[in-house]
Amino acid sequence: MELFRIKRDLPLMKHALIFNVISFVTFAAAVFFLITRGLHFSIEFTGGTVIEAEYAQAANIEKTRQIVEKLGFGEVQVQNFGSTRDVMIRLPLRADIKQTEQVDLVFGELCKAEQGTISQRQSISDKGESISKQVCMTAAGAEPIKLSRSEVVGPAVGEELGHDAAKALLATVIGIMIYLAVRFEWKFAVAGIIANLHDVVIILGFFAFFQWEFSLSVLAAVLAVLGYSVNESVVIFDRVREAFRKYRKMSTHEVIDHAITSTMSRTIITHGSTQMMVLSMLIFGGPTLHYFAVALTIGILFGIYSSVFVAASIAMWLGVKREDLVSTPVNKGDPDDPNAGALV
Amino acid sequence: MNRYPMWKYAILIFALLVGTIYTLPNIFGEAPAVQVSSAKATLKVDPALQSRVAAALAEAKITPDFVQLEGNSIKARFADLDAQIHAKDAISKAINTDPADPSYIVALNLLSRSPHWLSSLHAFPMYLGLDLRGGVHFLMQVDMKSALTKKAESLTGDVRTMLRDKGIRHSGISRDGNNVVVSFRDAAVLKQAQDLLSAQLGDVLWTASTEGLDQRLTGSLKPASMVAVQDAALKQNISTLHNRVNELGVAEPTIQQQGRDRIVVQLPGVQDTAKAKDIIGRTATLELRMVDDSAEAQAALAGSGPVPFGTERFIDRGFGPIIVKKQVVLTGENLTDAQPGFDENHQASVDLTLDAKGARIMKDMSRENIGKRMAIILFEKGKGEVVTAPVIRSELSGGRVKISGAMSTQEASDTALLLRAGSLAAPMEIIEEKTVGPSLGKENIEKGILSVTWGFVAVAIFMSIYYRLFGVISSLALGFNLLLLVALLSMLQATLSLPGIAAIALVLGMAIDSNVLINERIREELRAGASPQGAITIGYERAFATILDSNVTTLIAGLSLLAFGSGPVKGFAIVHCLGILTSMFSSVVFSRALVNLWYGRQKKLKSLSIGQIWIPPTEVIAADQPVAKS
Repeated sequence: MELFRIKRDLPLMKHALIFNVISFVTFAAAVFFLITRGLHFSIEFTGGTVIEAEYAQAANIEKTRQIVEKLGFGEVQVQNFGSTRDVMIRLPLRADIKQTEQVDLVFGELCKAEQGTISQRQSISDKGESISKQVCMTAAGAEPIKLSRSEVVGPAVGEELGHDAAKALLATVIGIMIYLAVRFEWKFAVAGIIANLHDVVIILGFFAFFQWEFSLSVLAAVLAVLGYSVNESVVIFDRVREAFRKYRKMSTHEVIDHAITSTMSRTIITHGSTQMMVLSMLIFGGPTLHYFAVALTIGILFGIYSSVFVAASIAMWLGVKREDLVSTPVNKGDPDDPNAGALV
Repeated sequence: MNRYPMWKYAILIFALLVGTIYTLPNIFGEAPAVQVSSAKATLKVDPALQSRVAAALAEAKITPDFVQLEGNSIKARFADLDAQIHAKDAISKAINTDPADPSYIVALNLLSRSPHWLSSLHAFPMYLGLDLRGGVHFLMQVDMKSALTKKAESLTGDVRTMLRDKGIRHSGISRDGNNVVVSFRDAAVLKQAQDLLSAQLGDVLWTASTEGLDQRLTGSLKPASMVAVQDAALKQNISTLHNRVNELGVAEPTIQQQGRDRIVVQLPGVQDTAKAKDIIGRTATLELRMVDDSAEAQAALAGSGPVPFGTERFIDRGFGPIIVKKQVVLTGENLTDAQPGFDENHQASVDLTLDAKGARIMKDMSRENIGKRMAIILFEKGKGEVVTAPVIRSELSGGRVKISGAMSTQEASDTALLLRAGSLAAPMEIIEEKTVGPSLGKENIEKGILSVTWGFVAVAIFMSIYYRLFGVISSLALGFNLLLLVALLSMLQATLSLPGIAAIALVLGMAIDSNVLINERIREELRAGASPQGAITIGYERAFATILDSNVTTLIAGLSLLAFGSGPVKGFAIVHCLGILTSMFSSVVFSRALVNLWYGRQKKLKSLSIGQIWIPPTEVIAADQPVAKS
């Protein structure tokens, strides 16, 4: 089968201005939301609360995780801690609740799940202080879960990650621009980079607007899009160069239309396949991979869009010409040239 | 025309075989284990110790999978976490008779369940990150008293410098606990000093008092400053730990503050955690101080007199006791680099490179003390030991110092690492050690892997339907690519975490792209009237240029992240860059080999199984379209 039976080149560049306006508005909105709302960072970036609990029997990690997640603090990490009965729970701090209240709330829910109730137990410490401690007891007098410790933890990734990411981004921009300028032409380099950054900023804008949780896995997805997006632009650029050499009488925008049309089949199949993979993560991947898949989905969709309507059209606005790419002089005596003898 | 020489097929088969072997261990998984290694260079790990470990386990009624001697450590593997934690306690109790000064390091670990024949080929599973597999958790208590003491010592030096610069005469400066005490003979001079110090050192509270004939000025840190000092110590310790762990080659640890004075370090499993524990736990502060060779000091060494005021007694390694002045000339903070090396007698040494300030201090100090001795002291866990105490024979300029003494090569290497990573602002002690399960949750991990698998299957089915035989070949190339990537990561013993899986998913997307480019190119050539054999040749050639350009640009992004990234970003970048390389190899070479294998022999090939070739109606061909050549 062949899905795409395109008889003539799509006249996309006629509408380039409209698409560019849409891009600019979307980009501006993303920047606006990033500035006004900011990103909703996960525990890895902000730090949070760590709770250590001890079960009387081997702990059911998944059950514990679900109970804590229902409280709505965001991404929760629950892991075995030393033995099968000990559990470490990490959850992010929130501005609207004190850490001690957060701990009480979590412990209360976990206790309830074990058919227990919370009560206060008074005791005297070695130093003679009076200590009030929360204890979980069942009707039968057993203690199904104990609160071993709760404390505030700092961020797992420091500020250096932000600095490193910024430097890496800058190096990426410079590196890709140099390569594209050498392989193609500086106008294509500028266009490619603008499209690339456009994608990254828009993903971040979505996360800021909807206040989805930004975690390390989302950061990974954004990094993935950084590499993935420019790939699409290069394929189109490559075809533009080839078309300039092959169709000598086509105008610039006709060449660009042709390049986009002739790679449309590949574009849709490639991104469709990748999106199939990502969709699989979105549907079956569980809560942990959810936002990762969301970020990738946005990145893929805007990656296609930006390569076709941003990179190509910006290259056109910058005044790409045949002479920029085809340096070989026309062989006027070429007998195979169907236009031989024609006068311009 | 479309044929591969046999040697290319041989290379592909070899790659396939190696890929399979090094991917296999990842399927077997890991089990909890305990690792024992020596805490002292003089103690060896030997079969006798192995017997003692086995006996300790038998006595505690713990049944290990095995106990084996491996290199310079002993490893015991267990069925579950409970057995592991009990085993660690039992072993530690049995072989470390003095808890305050342990002879052996007993550490938790995760060991692969691969069969031995794979291990003998050095085929090991990838390290899985903390989020996917969990690892070893250390809780470290920071000694805040030492931080404050260190601050007071630093203040003492600052005060001495300030008073000398202003020409204010005093009769002695010393540290008393966490306070700085300055003695004067004149109340007016004391007032002058108090005004100066109060203005210059805003975080110190100065109090005047009289003690006998002396007028005394006592400086103590204000409460807010004490808190700031402790916070700074904690932050610097965290930073130092990051540097040390990076030196170990352990990818993506978690290091964070817990409470007000503790630090959590979590390391991914299946690695030398005993080594990591050793390096993390050591303080390794360096100090350069002058040796006191006076008559009083000689008497103190002989035991016939007290240690002179302002000095300390240390052991000079290999030479016995030595009296050293308390004033610190240089510390590890002035180091920019430390590397293991050898001296002119081929003894192990540590080569230090000082920063500009350190170099100047060294130059001034050495010029003023020619003929005298300088002691180089290494502090660990509060105990100092003089590594060497050479005589200064000339002015030392250039900012380079070589430390050599009774030191083994391993010791020089460890010391260099510790000094290079920076000294700890305050000593720390490991107060808790446990294994932790995966932070993402086992079920989530299984879902993640399953979803990627199903995604892969869906893509393969689609490609096979759409491109028929070429689609099948593309799917095989995709599988080959994944196999090579996993094998490479296993060989490199890289750490895989969720960002790494993200990178693998991206790599599969890129690999699909390469094959789609090739297949669409071949279709175009067929549509233009090329012969099937010609279409294959031209299709791969034309597609290669595009594939190269697009992959190089993506590689640039990956290399930038690799150069500047840290932790999870770096892990992502490694997978990303390797994936691009394997993707190009599998799509351009492997899939071409399969196509050649299938079609290359047919000289009179009339059609290709690449799906339907739709040819547009003749009448709509534009006038400026090239005339098809046939």
